[in-house]
Amino acid sequence: MGISPVLWQFLVKWLHASALFPAEASTISPYTDALYFFLLLMTIVGLILVGVLIFGFSIRYRRERSPVATQIEGSTLLEATWTIIPLAIFLVTFVWGALLYFRIYDPPANAMNIYVVGKQWMWKAEHPGGQHEINALHVPMGRPVQLTMISQDVFHSFSIPDFRVKREVIPGRYTTVWFEATTPGTYHIFCTQYCGTQHSGMIGEVTVLSPDDYQRWIQQSTSGMSLAQNGERLFASMGCNACHSGNAAARGPNLAGVYGSKLTLTNGSQVLVNDAYLRDAILSPSQHITAGYAPIMPTYQGQISEDGLIDLVEYIKNLQSNFRVQQTLMTSESNQAAPTTPTEGTTSETVKP
Amino acid sequence: MDNVIATHPHTHETAVPAEHEHVVLPQHRHHFETEEQQREAGSFGMWLFLLTEIMFFGGMFFAYLLYRNWYYPAFTVASNQLNVPEGAANTAILITSGFFMALGVWAAEVRKKGLLVVMLILTTVFGVAFLGVKADEYHEKYEKHHIPGSSFSTAMFTNPAAYGLKEEPLAPDMAEHTQIFFFLYFAMTGMHALHMIIGIVILFWLTWRAHRGEFSAGYVAPIENFGLYWHFVDIVWLFLFPLLYLINRHPLK
Amino acid sequence: MSTSVPTLHTIVSLPDQSTATLPKKHYINNEHGLLSWLLTGDHKRIAMLYLISITFFFFIGGAFAGLIRLELLTPQSDLVAADTYNKFFTMHGIIMIFLFLVPSVPATLGNFLIPIMLGAKDLAFPKINLLSWYLYLIGGTLTLAALVLGGVDTGWTFTTPLSTHYLNTHVLTAATAIFIAGFSSIFTGLNFIVTIHRMRAPGMTWFRMPLFVWSNYAASILMVLGTPVLAIAIVLVALERLIGIGVFDPAKGGDPLLFQHLFWFYSHPAVYIMILPGMGVISEVISTFSRKRVFGYTAVAFSSVAIALFGFFVWAHHMFIMGVSNYSALVFSLLTMLVAVPSAIKIFNWAFTLQKGSITFETPMLYAFGFMGLFTIGGLTGVFLGSLGMDIHLTETYFIVAHFHFVMVGGMLMAFLAGIHFWWPKMTGRMYPESLSKLAAVVTFIGFNLTFLPQFILGYLGMPRRYAAYPPEYQVLNVLSTAGATVLGVGYMLPLLYLGWSLKYGAIAGNNPWQATGLEWQIQSPPLTENFIETPIVDYEAYDYEWLEKKQREEVTTVG
Repeated sequence: MGISPVLWQFLVKWLHASALFPAEASTISPYTDALYFFLLLMTIVGLILVGVLIFGFSIRYRRERSPVATQIEGSTLLEATWTIIPLAIFLVTFVWGALLYFRIYDPPANAMNIYVVGKQWMWKAEHPGGQHEINALHVPMGRPVQLTMISQDVFHSFSIPDFRVKREVIPGRYTTVWFEATTPGTYHIFCTQYCGTQHSGMIGEVTVLSPDDYQRWIQQSTSGMSLAQNGERLFASMGCNACHSGNAAARGPNLAGVYGSKLTLTNGSQVLVNDAYLRDAILSPSQHITAGYAPIMPTYQGQISEDGLIDLVEYIKNLQSNFRVQQTLMTSESNQAAPTTPTEGTTSETVKP
Repeated sequence: MDNVIATHPHTHETAVPAEHEHVVLPQHRHHFETEEQQREAGSFGMWLFLLTEIMFFGGMFFAYLLYRNWYYPAFTVASNQLNVPEGAANTAILITSGFFMALGVWAAEVRKKGLLVVMLILTTVFGVAFLGVKADEYHEKYEKHHIPGSSFSTAMFTNPAAYGLKEEPLAPDMAEHTQIFFFLYFAMTGMHALHMIIGIVILFWLTWRAHRGEFSAGYVAPIENFGLYWHFVDIVWLFLFPLLYLINRHPLK
Repeated sequence: MSTSVPTLHTIVSLPDQSTATLPKKHYINNEHGLLSWLLTGDHKRIAMLYLISITFFFFIGGAFAGLIRLELLTPQSDLVAADTYNKFFTMHGIIMIFLFLVPSVPATLGNFLIPIMLGAKDLAFPKINLLSWYLYLIGGTLTLAALVLGGVDTGWTFTTPLSTHYLNTHVLTAATAIFIAGFSSIFTGLNFIVTIHRMRAPGMTWFRMPLFVWSNYAASILMVLGTPVLAIAIVLVALERLIGIGVFDPAKGGDPLLFQHLFWFYSHPAVYIMILPGMGVISEVISTFSRKRVFGYTAVAFSSVAIALFGFFVWAHHMFIMGVSNYSALVFSLLTMLVAVPSAIKIFNWAFTLQKGSITFETPMLYAFGFMGLFTIGGLTGVFLGSLGMDIHLTETYFIVAHFHFVMVGGMLMAFLAGIHFWWPKMTGRMYPESLSKLAAVVTFIGFNLTFLPQFILGYLGMPRRYAAYPPEYQVLNVLSTAGATVLGVGYMLPLLYLGWSLKYGAIAGNNPWQATGLEWQIQSPPLTENFIETPIVDYEAYDYEWLEKKQREEVTTVG
């Protein structure tokens, strides 16, 4: 970064100890701080420049020392100078900021995924292994973590200042953010988009654990069913397996391995099958018909909560073969309800139906 | 008297340079140097106001653009529910009304009071006719449960055959989006109708004043400027009609 | 420095105010009675009516600010319930933005001065001007109604779906209030544009107009083109609340982001509506108290129009993390950097106006210096926010709060006070007490910095905005901020007191106490109702101090 790492660490740690600066707890933090210090420098230099001009001219040309003013029209050279130099500095800021933006919002391919559902006024984190947390998030250090987030009601915004990441959490579509925590400890989670009465209460803590501690935590807090297992149950109980059975003559396309592939729709367009696509396809299927299939899939809008959708998405993501789909088809046709599982750490709200 | 607001008592010792070429009209406002300046300012002001109206309607056109792009099937089917003969009739009525208004402006300029009054009355009549047809259309929507809100029904779109319609049935989730089309229909034509109602009220007022001879002695600015407003309302309809009624009509099919 | 060679002085001796007398007839005593004020068409009287109204609303908005800062003294939400706090910041925002900042300079100083600066007798449409004031009052009354009926807690940004489906407070009342106040703004802008285009005196070309007129012109373009979009956004929110269609509701296929686009399409230009007229004031003040033409007049004039133009193309920088596409984010970030440049140009032009001038430090000049420093900070922190990656960390925190208070309060409000002090002698015929006003300016400056500098730090630490409660480690900075707010409040009370006092007891001002150029300073203080006895013919440039000095040499030197 051009500055001695020792000096940098000293500055940042000293500021942090004085409660004037947030901790640098993720791999992104130093990059954000670097841009920040550049901008601070720009501001201080700009302020000093303007201050020197104002005070300098005021003192030198105050009335007592300068009784006669000289009428000056202007100077094209000066105009050009103070147009081009600020523009150049701002453009540097633009480029730097854009690069940082992509660094923050483009997750690495090997990021582990955690789902976050925001609702008035709490955060629910759902690990793929089935661990559920309210207003808390346990993550391992040294591994990239991606959060796939959605709101159940109004706009919220998920912010971890010490990681320098933040993303709006909106109803109707997934938003994502990723980070890689570097230091064990606990850090604030805030909701930063005003969302009603308890907006200031929608806070939590992210706990960064060493890899071993994280493994231990995973084992301790599992609630029995992973998200995908829950999703499998829903897939059967909501009747998805009837059409998406994986048979050659099935009414619906085969979903095994579909995640991550490129799909051609009936209108000829090509889409990438990601989380957002899966969710949209469940809620408004008529706009997401795979080529070669009839538009007969009913919509599940209003019949399934965001938690349920996450379970289904996670299930389909991991679906590699239709073996168990066929099995559950036979089970569901025999009217046996799947066992419900007591889930640790969730509210009294159950997944519909 | 249109000078409702008490201004300072004006005596001609203050600055109205004598304009020997023009008669100083009684409606001359004394902060203007010349009649010409007053007329130009009034006209400019009306154009600016119409610009704000364009921005106002623009927001709804933007929403229309967005949702039509996303939910084209719903928009086409919903649009087919609108009554084209009535819409076309309304278009003709409004254009005719605009024609009469333009004749009225001319009549004012050539100082023909009788003709002016007749033109204004005709403009008003056709304007009211437009609103009458609109009311009929809204009523029809009410009967078919196409007014957005709690009474909205998508039955006609998910199962058109049962209603004798030759449409493709829409999937239920797409059928829900017809409500957005109808919302935009009511919002845009409703806002348009509101502007027409305001225009008609002003027309009544102007007709009465015209009858008293206020606009046939050289002072034509209110008629001209109202004409601008009326033509603008007309033009908005000319955009609304094809966008709302004619999305995907195939009369020869 | 002998008087026999007057050309050696740019400042001729200030008029001897002890011999000055108030003119016998002026716009205030021209007619008597309440109705003559309430039904006036005189732009100066309307300006005074506006001044009284916006001052009233300013102090209400300020009271809410005080309550906010009081709650934030402690980390817990202990002074008032969270709902009440939410209503505080909502009302503070709505009142300060729509009922104070947007009309402040245009509706008071602009209304008063623009016709006079152009050599006209009034604005183009005096009745519409009066209507504009009544619409403002109706909007203000409805806002107070919303307050009295229980308040509204949507935040001034009315974010959907919170405002459409999740709140039971008086959203419709507040929305209607803003809708109506918006028309007040549109009519003011419309009036200005027509007046500036059509009613300039003979010889007053575009490039002879004072820069104050240029900036109000630019702001008027924004008012006229931007405000209607806010109007439609509010109408759609109201309709969604009333009949429940889902134009912004994702469950029904709508998109809440549509509201964001419509809302910010106005609300970003709105900030330029607020700041541009203030910048016009600064041009006048710096020029007068340096006795010099503004450096780079053309550049400053064009930069106002450039800000207005570019200002329409940057709205989505309020939405960078909300799910706009990456492509969109890049475009808006780049445009945001471009819109920052004209403001920088102005600051430097003003600074260089000081060079080779003959500078005095009256109160308006002190406020102008305060403006320049604080606006530099505020504007540059805007660049922080326009930079995409930086915005991710800073958005929705107290950094934003600090940024906009620096530009709006440190910038705009200081410019407003500068203007009020500068033209007070012209509008009322009286001088205010100089030492007290200087004290108020300094107190305001100190109080302001103490209030808002800590908020930058809080923002980077991550403290979110609109929080009634916060983690305890943020308390020290919050306490500092509240302490500053107390000082700031004192600083704002002082002008109310001494300006009011000066109406009866202030020294008589005379025509041109500052020896400034500009048509308004050539007429009596307070002016006649019709402004000019005869239409001025303008054959000199703006800020022509040599012309002024020549004119004074040729005139009798008694005042009044």
